[in-house]
Amino acid sequence: MEHGSATDSSSSTFSLMDEDHTLANSVRYTLNQDPRVIFCGYSIPHPSENKVNIRVQTTGDPAKDVLKDGFQNLMVMCQHVRSTFGNAVDDFRANKSPEGMRIDTP
Amino acid sequence: MSSSTKLSALDMPDVPMGHLPEHLHLQRTRVVCKADAPIHTEGIQYSGAYASTGVDISMGPNKFCKNFKIEVVRLTEDEIEFDMVGIDASLANAFRRILIAEVPTMAIEKVLMVNNTSVIADEVLAHRLGLVPLNADPRLFEYLSENDTPNERNTIVYKMEVSCKKGGSRVTVKSDQLKWLPNGSELQMTTYDSSAKAKSYTSFSCSQDSLPEFSKKPLGVRFDDIILAKLGPGQVIELEAHAVKGMGKVHAKWSPVATAWYRMLPEVVLLKEVKGDDAEKLVKKCPVGVFDIEDLGNGEKKAAVANSRACTLCRECVRGVNEELVELRRVKDHFIFTIESTGAFSPEELFIKAVKILEEKCDRVISELS
Repeated sequence: MEHGSATDSSSSTFSLMDEDHTLANSVRYTLNQDPRVIFCGYSIPHPSENKVNIRVQTTGDPAKDVLKDGFQNLMVMCQHVRSTFGNAVDDFRANKSPEGMRIDTP
Repeated sequence: MSSSTKLSALDMPDVPMGHLPEHLHLQRTRVVCKADAPIHTEGIQYSGAYASTGVDISMGPNKFCKNFKIEVVRLTEDEIEFDMVGIDASLANAFRRILIAEVPTMAIEKVLMVNNTSVIADEVLAHRLGLVPLNADPRLFEYLSENDTPNERNTIVYKMEVSCKKGGSRVTVKSDQLKWLPNGSELQMTTYDSSAKAKSYTSFSCSQDSLPEFSKKPLGVRFDDIILAKLGPGQVIELEAHAVKGMGKVHAKWSPVATAWYRMLPEVVLLKEVKGDDAEKLVKKCPVGVFDIEDLGNGEKKAAVANSRACTLCRECVRGVNEELVELRRVKDHFIFTIESTGAFSPEELFIKAVKILEEKCDRVISELS
């Protein structure tokens, strides 16, 4: 849900349902890395309600597109984290087995 | 300062172009833990924060992918400890929150009591049963909502029948007494319509152990030795428990991790040279052995940082000293993540699942925005 001015599409507030700090803080971080963003922040109007307001102000591009790019970047970062983690676990297992030792916690 | 003109940070002769001066870099990338409180805890993320100096600190996805590293330190059946370098606290926290609350698991939800003459009240026993970790893979099950009928695709049925003989000794009821019923519920629902066939509480169209996924690994409890109740002579517990899929957000019994936590990599720096007896005292002060003695030859001893990773921020080395010898710092983008699993998933699968769930959230919002 976008609340913004009809004439100026570069600043608006997006209201997301069923979301909390988990997604909002991550997307706020990725939005801040975008050079087109002048201001970006999120707030939770009431803790009992699962609603998040994300405010985006840009240097001219429509805020909706910039927000979408922010989410896309977050997805790319997540995919990279997944593949790097998978490789790291495989490397760890490959390095461990030749030693034949399992360092289990007591 | 003897000169009256101020020097800009960029005009200092030893600052390389395109990089921040040392003190600003420290402020941006390290949390300094002073004796009373930490400073520089806020994350300076805004891409134009240092625009006036000409330094661009924005990190797009390409730069992130180049700098990001993961190194697994310890991996056992139940626990994993790994280092994530080059990621921000908001993402690390998002993964932690998802691991605790949004990865689905199976747990006992409905308990049908047939007979309970033990000293443990019905609801207390049902609560304890709900917290028992089950060995079921939630990916093979669907969610059960209010209007659905419980069937083999969304419910697991367990039975427990224990009694303590009169004149016998006390019996401890452990979680291994929960027997899996692959054919569904054995209890009949009372119908007031005498012509209708008696229905059971679940409608399994086929036995669960005939399905290929479950024949390899029978669905049971993960740990056999969890004490559920204690029975005195003559007491009986007879019940049937139905397990469904859920998320930790709704109730902690559905959380797949015992816990998941992260800490920032500690960095311990000696500000001055500490020699001789002072060095010995410093080494003794630290309870985890961060410092060590370095022999300089000719009988002289110096203190050096041996294992800064072990620092627990007890602040013994900075407490009560007259001058600051040690600076305790934390690296803001290097996280030591630990995940302890309860057994439904292995810990590395859990992390991959959590990252996938964050991707799915983004996907959902992107499709909503379009």
